[in-house]
Order: sequence, then structure tokens, then C-alpha cells
Amino acid sequence: MIAVWTIVEYGFREAVRRKMFAVVIVLTVAFLFLFWLANHYVFRDLSTISPPADVHVDTRTFAGAFLVGLSMFATLFLGVVLAVFLTLGVVSGDAERGLLQPLVARPIGRSTLLVARFLGAAGVCVAYVLVVYFAGVLITGLTGHWYPDQVVWPGLELAGGVLVVIALSLLGSVVLSSTANGIAVFMLFGAGLVAGLLGSIGHALNSHTIKHASTIASWALPFEALYQDGLRMITEHASGLTGFLLQLGPFGGAYVHGWGIRVWAVAYVLIVGALALVSFARKDV
Amino acid sequence: MPNALAVRNLAKRYGSVQALRGVDLDVGEGELVGLLGPNGAGKSTLVKIAVGLVRPTSGSAEIAGARAGSRAARSRLGYLAELFRFPGWTSADEVLELHQRLAGSRGGAAERARLLELVALSDAAGRRVDGMSKGMQQRLGLAQALVGDPRVLMLDEPTSALDPVGRRTVRLLLEELRGRGVSVLLNSHLLSEVELVCDRVVILLGGEVVAAGTPLELSRPRGVELETDAGTTRTDGATREDAPRLVAEAVAAGRRVYGVRVLTSTLEDVYLEAVGGETS
Repeated sequence: MIAVWTIVEYGFREAVRRKMFAVVIVLTVAFLFLFWLANHYVFRDLSTISPPADVHVDTRTFAGAFLVGLSMFATLFLGVVLAVFLTLGVVSGDAERGLLQPLVARPIGRSTLLVARFLGAAGVCVAYVLVVYFAGVLITGLTGHWYPDQVVWPGLELAGGVLVVIALSLLGSVVLSSTANGIAVFMLFGAGLVAGLLGSIGHALNSHTIKHASTIASWALPFEALYQDGLRMITEHASGLTGFLLQLGPFGGAYVHGWGIRVWAVAYVLIVGALALVSFARKDV
Repeated sequence: MPNALAVRNLAKRYGSVQALRGVDLDVGEGELVGLLGPNGAGKSTLVKIAVGLVRPTSGSAEIAGARAGSRAARSRLGYLAELFRFPGWTSADEVLELHQRLAGSRGGAAERARLLELVALSDAAGRRVDGMSKGMQQRLGLAQALVGDPRVLMLDEPTSALDPVGRRTVRLLLEELRGRGVSVLLNSHLLSEVELVCDRVVILLGGEVVAAGTPLELSRPRGVELETDAGTTRTDGATREDAPRLVAEAVAAGRRVYGVRVLTSTLEDVYLEAVGGETS
């Protein structure tokens, strides 16, 4: 346990000393300011939006859900960027640079080292995602007087999505070089987002084939399914045309949701983590 | 008591490259063994297997009776890698503190100060690694390897970046460690350094041991040289045992003898003979 904490603390100190946190905080504050600006103007001009007379759309819910959905996408993206940069070179990258060998030669065990790096990255990224998510919700709530139907769960699912990405990135860091791993994880992330968007379209068009394909993608890359489920929950009670429009996306929908995907996401992290541990144990460094 | 390092029939294959081919090697308690060989001979692979960084294809390696790579084995050794780096954002003191915690050392600040003094870095305790010269980083690496008073030291090219003063510091340190009963496997290209400090030498070529023994055992007699009033004469093939007779014969012949030298091959001669001029 002491070794785990030592490595976690080492990771934190590195992030602080190398000014990674400073850069992240400054850019996040800039993002939140822009988000507040968007909220301010959207809700100020809300009264000027007038749907056709025979159509009832709850414009405040629509605008609020759209903006919170946008902030959730940005939060997931920023969280994934942070996660990837914290973990993409943990094994192969550090081994190539000669940073890993002195640590692995110590009697702490490779599994301890990898678990500690996971916990360190997870601690930073989960805290980051939750802070940014709740800040986004609060900005929309205070500016536009609209709050999501579910406030806590979507944030937790976003954080869960980032944990999935951390596990994938750590596995990639064992078997790939840093650059290849970074590219691979970002491409998987992009593929997941595209699959999610396709799922929304398939849902709107009631296309069985597209829905089936995107469901498979969601189970294969559960960070996307968690994100989609989070989006679903922010307008869980929206109905009628408002609910239908939101489900069309891009910041709405969810065709795979509920406890099934949450449990699978936990199992997925454990399976990917176990694969990373086994691969690292067998790796020559 | 088991040997500090016991390697038996060790083989390692990287794809199509056979890095080690059935190597046997022992390092006894308190023994300082030099590992020599051209680039690609398998020296670093052997050290990495002993440390647990690389898995052998076959054969075994044990550190003080514990399987190489096991927690027990790693808790008994200190290691300085050939190519290593410490994070540039850390100070020398922080590097040692990190390794103290990972090694479970309770030496605290006193141990860190002692180690930095041993490698002549006392004045640089607070200096960041990225502000250190390559030689200073190598000495810090050596101090790191000594954290927790290991029984066995694996040093892979510990003086490659050091100037002559730095090399002397390391040589004196190795002698001191031997005096304290620490076993050392020293992988080095610097033959003179190995010859000066090592109890035994093992020469690897193409993943095999081609010569092993004490520097004295490995050296070959090259004759005896007599310096007399008639000039310097050399008797090829003569050994140390022949020297008194040769001196007596010269005196009996009326020569005045000013000096006598028993000629033996240097470790460099032995090495070149063993590796056959191989460089990589």
C-alpha cells in the first residue's frame, strides 16, 4: 500500500511540477467562461425563438439540455485528453526513455506499479470530470434556470467513461509505443463518438441495421455508451416533440442504457486492466 | 550460504537473435566480478535477466537463493541500468527519497546524505536532475543503486559518462563496497578499470562465456626481461619461476643486473585474444 501511494504521489508531483495542472486549470477556466457566455446569450434570446403555432416545444428545456449536452461532450473530450496524456507512455514510453527500469527493479512488483499509475490517473481525471461537469450544470442552472432531470448520475457516468479510456490507454502503453498508443486511443474515442452519432440517427430513422451496429460498438467501447446514457438521463422526463428532438442528437439519445451497461463498463475496466497486468508481467523492459 | 548471483544454462532469444546461449556464472558473497565483451555479446541482457527486467527463454538465475525477478530477489539488489534517466523535475534528494520508499529503506535523510557524499554529490542534493551533467546523473544513479544497503549490486556501464576523477571515485567506492561484503557484477567496457578492481573476470562473446577467471589466471606469461650493463635482454617463454635462475646466470656471466621484469599479458591482450577482434 505504501508503494502504491508512493507512485500515486510521484505522479501527482510530476503533474504539478511539469505545470500540467496549471495548463489544464487555465484552459478549463477559459472553456467555462466561453460556456457561460453561450448560456448567457442563448437564454437571453430564448424569448425570441418561436416555434410554429401548432407545435409545442419547451424551448427552455430544449436549450438547457442542448447546452448541458454540449458541456458533457466537452467535459468527456477534455477528460479523455487529460487521461491519454497522463497514461500513454506509462510503460513503453517510460521504458524507452529509461525512466521505468530503476522503478521496476525495486521490490514493489509490476502490478503494483501499474495499478498505482491507474489510480493516480483515475484520481486526477475523475476529479477533473466531476468538477467540470458540475460547473457546467451550475452555469446553465444559474444562467437559464434549467437543471437536468438527473444531476448526479450523468456526471458519474462521464467519469466512468474516462476510467474506461484510462484502462485502454494503460493497456496500449504496455503493447504500443507512446505515439502509436496516443493515436490508437484517440481513434477509438473518435470511433466511439461516430458510433454514438450513428446510433442516434438509426434511432430517429428506426433503422434496425444502424441501431444494431451502434449497439455493438457501444458494448465494445462502453465509454460511449456511458456518455450516451448520461445524455439520456439529463432529459429523462422530457416528452412530446421536445423529447423527440433531443433524442435526435447530437446531444441526446441512448439506445444502450441502464445498469447493464454500467456493470459491463466495470467488468470491461477489470478485464482490460487484467490484460494490461498480464502483458506487463510478460514484457521485457 | 547461496551465491550472490547464480546463473545456470541461461539462454535468451529476441525473435531471431540468440542473445544468450547457455551461460553459467557465479558471483560469490563479497566478490566483485567484471563482465566483459563486445557490443551485442549479451552482457546487458544477462544483467537485465538477473534484475528481473527481462525474462529468460530457458535456464535460471538466482539472487542470493531467490529466483531472479521475484520480490525477494529484487529486495536484495541494487541496480544501475546502462541507459537510465531520472525525471528532470526531481532533485537528487527526491530521487533517493523515492527509491528509499520503494525499497522499504528506513535510512531517512541520514542515508541520503551519506550516499550523496559517497558519490561526491553532497553539494547537489537540492539540484534538479535536468540541471545536472551526464556524469553527475550517473553518480546519482550509483547512489540510487545503493539505497537500502543491497547485498548484491548490478552495475551496467556505471562509468561510461564519467571523467577520470569520477571513475576514480567509483573505483574507490567499489573497493569500499567489497570491503563491506557487498557482491558486485560490473558490466564495463573499460578493461583497465575492471582489471584494477575485479576479483574475477568473465568474458562473453556471442552470448557465450569464452573466458573466465581471476585477472592473474587469465594472463599469459610473455617472458622475462633483464636490464644489465650490456643492455636489455628478453627471454620469451620464461615465467616468474625462471626469473631467479636468469638473474643468477647473468651475474655468473659477469653482468651487472639493474632490473628484472616478469612480462605477462594484460587484460586487454586476454580480451582481444578471447573476442578475436570482434567489436559488435
